Amino acid sequence: MASISEHDTQQDRQGFRPSMLINDTRYRGLTFQFIALMLIILAFAWLGANLMSNLAAAGLDISFGFLDEPAGYDIAFSMIDYTSQSSHLRAAIVGVLNTLLVAFMGCVTATIIGVTAGVLRLSKNWLIARLMSAYVEAFRNVPVLIWILIIGAVVTISGANPRAFLGEEAESNLFLGMFAFTNRGLYAPAVEIGPGALIVLIALIAGIAGAIAWRWYVKHTLFSSGKLLPGWPMWLILLAPPILAYFLFQGAIGLSMPDTMANRFNIQGGTLVGKPLIALWLALSVYTGAFIAENVRAGILSVSKGQTEAAAALGLRPRRVMNLVVLPQALRVIVPPLISQYLNLTKNSSLAIAVGYADITATLGGITLNQTGRAIECILMLMLFYLIISLAISGVMNVYNSTVALKER
Amino acid sequence: MSDTHAQSVAYVRESFVEQQTPPVSETGVVKWLRENLFSSIPYAILTLLSLFVLYQILSGVLPWLLGGNWTASSIRECRELVEGAGGCFAVLTERWNQLLFGFSYPSTEYWRPALAFLLLFVCVAPVLFPDLPSKSLILTLLYPFVAYWLLWGGTIVTPIVGLLGVAAGYVAYRATINRGFALSLLAGVVAAVIVWYLGGFVAEELSGVAALMPVESRDMGGFMLNMILGTVCVSLSLPFGILLALGRQSRLPIIKIICITFIEFIRGVPLITLLFVANVVLAYFLPPGTTFDLILRVIIMITMFASAYIAEVIRGGLAALPRGQYEAADSLGLDYAQAMRLIILPQALKISIPGIVNVAVGLFKDTTLVSIISMFDVVGMIRGPILASTDWNGVYWELYGFAALLFFVTCYGISQYSQWLERKLATDHR
Repeated sequence: MASISEHDTQQDRQGFRPSMLINDTRYRGLTFQFIALMLIILAFAWLGANLMSNLAAAGLDISFGFLDEPAGYDIAFSMIDYTSQSSHLRAAIVGVLNTLLVAFMGCVTATIIGVTAGVLRLSKNWLIARLMSAYVEAFRNVPVLIWILIIGAVVTISGANPRAFLGEEAESNLFLGMFAFTNRGLYAPAVEIGPGALIVLIALIAGIAGAIAWRWYVKHTLFSSGKLLPGWPMWLILLAPPILAYFLFQGAIGLSMPDTMANRFNIQGGTLVGKPLIALWLALSVYTGAFIAENVRAGILSVSKGQTEAAAALGLRPRRVMNLVVLPQALRVIVPPLISQYLNLTKNSSLAIAVGYADITATLGGITLNQTGRAIECILMLMLFYLIISLAISGVMNVYNSTVALKER
Repeated sequence: MSDTHAQSVAYVRESFVEQQTPPVSETGVVKWLRENLFSSIPYAILTLLSLFVLYQILSGVLPWLLGGNWTASSIRECRELVEGAGGCFAVLTERWNQLLFGFSYPSTEYWRPALAFLLLFVCVAPVLFPDLPSKSLILTLLYPFVAYWLLWGGTIVTPIVGLLGVAAGYVAYRATINRGFALSLLAGVVAAVIVWYLGGFVAEELSGVAALMPVESRDMGGFMLNMILGTVCVSLSLPFGILLALGRQSRLPIIKIICITFIEFIRGVPLITLLFVANVVLAYFLPPGTTFDLILRVIIMITMFASAYIAEVIRGGLAALPRGQYEAADSLGLDYAQAMRLIILPQALKISIPGIVNVAVGLFKDTTLVSIISMFDVVGMIRGPILASTDWNGVYWELYGFAALLFFVTCYGISQYSQWLERKLATDHR
């Protein structure tokens, strides 16, 4: 020991030598980091200098002024008011809303398809299990772009002329009296918002909050006094306020049905969902559904059989076994990859351009970019939008992960 | 004993009952049907429902597939020849070369990509199947240079110089390995660059030696382009992915921040925006006057994209290794590079194989996105030249079905291989 400490002090006395930057593990890390930082700064400076000289040579500059100029192109499907005289910024917002719309719809249906397929693939029914395997393998192993194009082609050639639905003696009837799938797109009921809609919305939120509060109260009394209160008042608290409000304020929220009797040429009323949206929505849902099915299957298989048997041995009924033992454990495995599938679906929705749906990539990154030539600005904004979405979604995922993580003691 | 029975029991059978055949419902097909298809009423309904769906699908697809025409020269001729629901598969035979090689690859040279494709299987086999002798790995090492020569043509001196550069780098690396990993790596890189630089002059002098007809990058197309992008980007992104993963796990804060920023940025944006960057923006960031192949720009972007995903997979593998492995490496006195190369990475990579294969399959599928920036890969060929031609306007199903089949066969094959490899490499005893 003595010799080592002597050696140390000797080295300390010698002080710092430059060769220690490489050979001494205490300083080597600093050296490497310094070199890495310098390289990065140099690389960025080089790229920046190139950019400056290229822009100067082309007589361009970086400015976002073009966003205020009129866009000059039409968008077939828009959720807010938009004309070709609106600004490029408004066109981008239309694109953002369209992206969010198809991503949201896709996530909902992909979850339904995926959970169904995943559960059925584990079914003891031989035929249905094989069918679901075929579905999953067919969709997982073929590029999403090809599926979007195929489903786009299917949707394009299918659908009858709207006239088939018109008049007293129509050839085709509305599906459920609400939906008409024509060669122009899908006619569906539209939600009409009247005065008092806000109050109905508030009542709905109040109902949800009340229901959550009741559940908490039931749990609280159960744990503190051992008394089990009934669960059904939750539904009453949930449903009563919005229904009451809906009937109190007649016409606050109504549905406008597609009307086939109004005139002889076209279907009136309702809303027309365009074919590109339908094609993209279907393709993304079925494609992502195949991946979600695999996640669900893995999640269910990850709960060992011993858990089910142990719960049954404790005397729990099958439904409670599922709710209290199997599902909480399976969900811990299912939800993180599920959320990253949602993220993938949102990113894949950028392929909307292949079927002509006006999402953010098609408006801001497509037509606006080509018309204004502002490539750097447009792509920067495009990337920023997708980055914000994915950071938001992964933020949600991290919060969820930390709440369900196994508490290791 | 029989005496006691005689007193207490009224009747005792003294001979065996003849062996009976089991009831029909408990054997053979009937039992299987009962257990697997009709075990309860809901299951029976499900079975009938799926039989109906299966019938619907098959009744649509089979006549189309079997009654198809393979010889017509245009869609009109095909529609006349085919009665009913048959498909016009003639488009596949007529445009076969375009689908595979694109429309501007010189038609006399089709044997070159075909040969490169066949060689790919021969040369990748030593990596894929660990049982083959390790000497055959040399084939794999040679393949990139041979494939480059076959696909792009030109003199054979260029790939030979490339190979010599790699060899010189390796020799320099081995010679200086005792001076530490970082230093010998630097020596290797410097040696390789020197050989490449000098070899450039030689290659220019000898440009006629064993020269194949040169082919421009923009003439690459069809499924060949998907294969090129897929193999090049996957193999390039592996080393970058490993470096990024190590950087992300590193204790050095600046390197860690750089790696995290890069990975999260790339993973947060869709590939199509990166391809837009390659197409329209990247040129602004290069020195004025440089012309850069579009295919090369796309390879750079897809490689960046894939390496971020592979880095995340490998990070999972690194995190899954027990702490003890890191500590054991430290206690043996190995430095960081040695510990990683000899102890940590071999195990971490083995754990990450399924994830890496997933990324590779996903990446190979994503190579179709280049059709959106108007490159003519197999999807681009279908959407562009073939469907737009007057001869074959409107033959969607046959063409898209063919493209889907190509990808299905490749991707399904890869995933089956990875499952086989996983079983083979499994060293834990279950």
